[in-house]
Amino acid sequence: MSQTIRDAFPVLTRPGFHYLDSAAMAQVPGIVVEAVAAHDRTARSNVRRGLHELARRADEAYDGARATVARFLNATPDEIVFTGGCTLALNMVARGLAKDLGPGDQVVVSRLDHHSACLPWMELRDEKGFELRWLPVTPEGRLDLSDLASVITPACKVVSVPHASNVTGAVSDLAKLAEAAHACGAKLVVDGAQMVPHGRVDPRALGADFYAFAGHKAYGPTGIGVLWGRAELLAGLAPLLVGGGMVGSVSEDGFTWAEPPHRFEAGTPPVAQAVGLAVALDWLSGLDQAALHQQEMALTWHLLDGLWAMEGVRVIGPMGLEARVPVVSFTVEGAHPHDLAHLLAERGVAVRGGAHCARPLMLALGLEEGTVRASLAAYSDRADVDITLAALAEAIKVLR
Amino acid sequence: MSSDLYGERIKELAGAGSHRLHDADASARLDNPLCGDTIVVDVMMADGKVAEVGHGVKGCLLCKAAAAIASHQAPGMDHAAATRMLEQVSALLKSRAGPEFPDLAVFVPVRPHKSRHDCVLLPFKALVKAIPAA
Repeated sequence: MSQTIRDAFPVLTRPGFHYLDSAAMAQVPGIVVEAVAAHDRTARSNVRRGLHELARRADEAYDGARATVARFLNATPDEIVFTGGCTLALNMVARGLAKDLGPGDQVVVSRLDHHSACLPWMELRDEKGFELRWLPVTPEGRLDLSDLASVITPACKVVSVPHASNVTGAVSDLAKLAEAAHACGAKLVVDGAQMVPHGRVDPRALGADFYAFAGHKAYGPTGIGVLWGRAELLAGLAPLLVGGGMVGSVSEDGFTWAEPPHRFEAGTPPVAQAVGLAVALDWLSGLDQAALHQQEMALTWHLLDGLWAMEGVRVIGPMGLEARVPVVSFTVEGAHPHDLAHLLAERGVAVRGGAHCARPLMLALGLEEGTVRASLAAYSDRADVDITLAALAEAIKVLR
Repeated sequence: MSSDLYGERIKELAGAGSHRLHDADASARLDNPLCGDTIVVDVMMADGKVAEVGHGVKGCLLCKAAAAIASHQAPGMDHAAATRMLEQVSALLKSRAGPEFPDLAVFVPVRPHKSRHDCVLLPFKALVKAIPAA
């Protein structure tokens, strides 16, 4: 399966190149590159504004992309908002929901959050005066839900968690979180950036109220993200940005909002990128989902097994394959993650070293210098892992 | 494998250790949010010049080696001299200028690795920030 998948990615044909930085940005299949180019060649126009032929084609392509994303998330098109990325989507939700928050209210974020998920709420806490609470993590790098009732209380209005950690790879128990949040009347906001690249997701069935992800981590173009929200919640949400395309009526005295999803798409949207994302998600959906999961987990185990065998290497994250994505972080005693990542790059192995925009987690786990992160994707193969492990062994020798 | 960048001299400098000054006249902390390097530079001043310097660094080998060199060079420098040194290091990395003093040659192999320039520059920037301007 992996060779067939690899063949779809032009960049992976480079000899001696091993890409294990997919959690930062996945590579893109050739059909996505072609789809974006073809759109710009044949249907480049603004959407929902023009009456000419190219405008009609652009409208069809953009609406079609929305329908494709809706299918991927088992949702309806009016619940799909195209954004400039996951960060923007999470900021949109935070700003929208915080409009009605103030002193006496609580918002719960988590130690597993990417900065894109927790920083908006930290900023809003300072503006609005609500209390910000942090869900702790276990030493294994999972959300610690053992004392959920003491963190999520009746004063809680929003719970924001990642579906999967971009550092430890741990997948959150959304059902349990949704139950706790909804019992208090709180909304569950989920950062799905690290989950969507690994197969179809059904946010409604998982109990989420809002779900965001990025195109560039899901084999799609950059500059595109998606915010899904339950229709009844989007209907009551204020937009972050105002401008062209998001209004109902406008007069000198004021304006009204358009209905979702257009309410949240002020200005010219990323049309070609939406088209590319739709092709990427269709491609991902077309893979045998069970086989994909099995392949990714087999490689994850191979990587974990190799790391455990190396002296001075500490894996940061779940020790097994249960409830995890193929994102593996580790540290090496006496070697800084950046030096290791640099030396691996010189052997053609692309990994990431640093804090991964997850300082709260680094502080919680005592990892001030960060970690090395090797993140796998559908196109990863056994050679990627074998050569990474060999290069790591050499890098450690150089640094010691 | 990268024997130039991670040569014995870099490792020797990075392994030299560091110490903070408890009675410093001024201190400056700088972070590199992208890679996570953090440095604190302490200075004791006499007649507008650095009399004694200390530092604490959490960072990669390049940052630690740069901190060692910056601390070694700092005594006797005023704010302007530290600024000149920062400019020299920056020119070495970005403009292919020659090393203005022998120790700097150790960073010549860093030139092609733009993402690592800040690892080297951070301690020199922190020194400038720590020394009070006249």
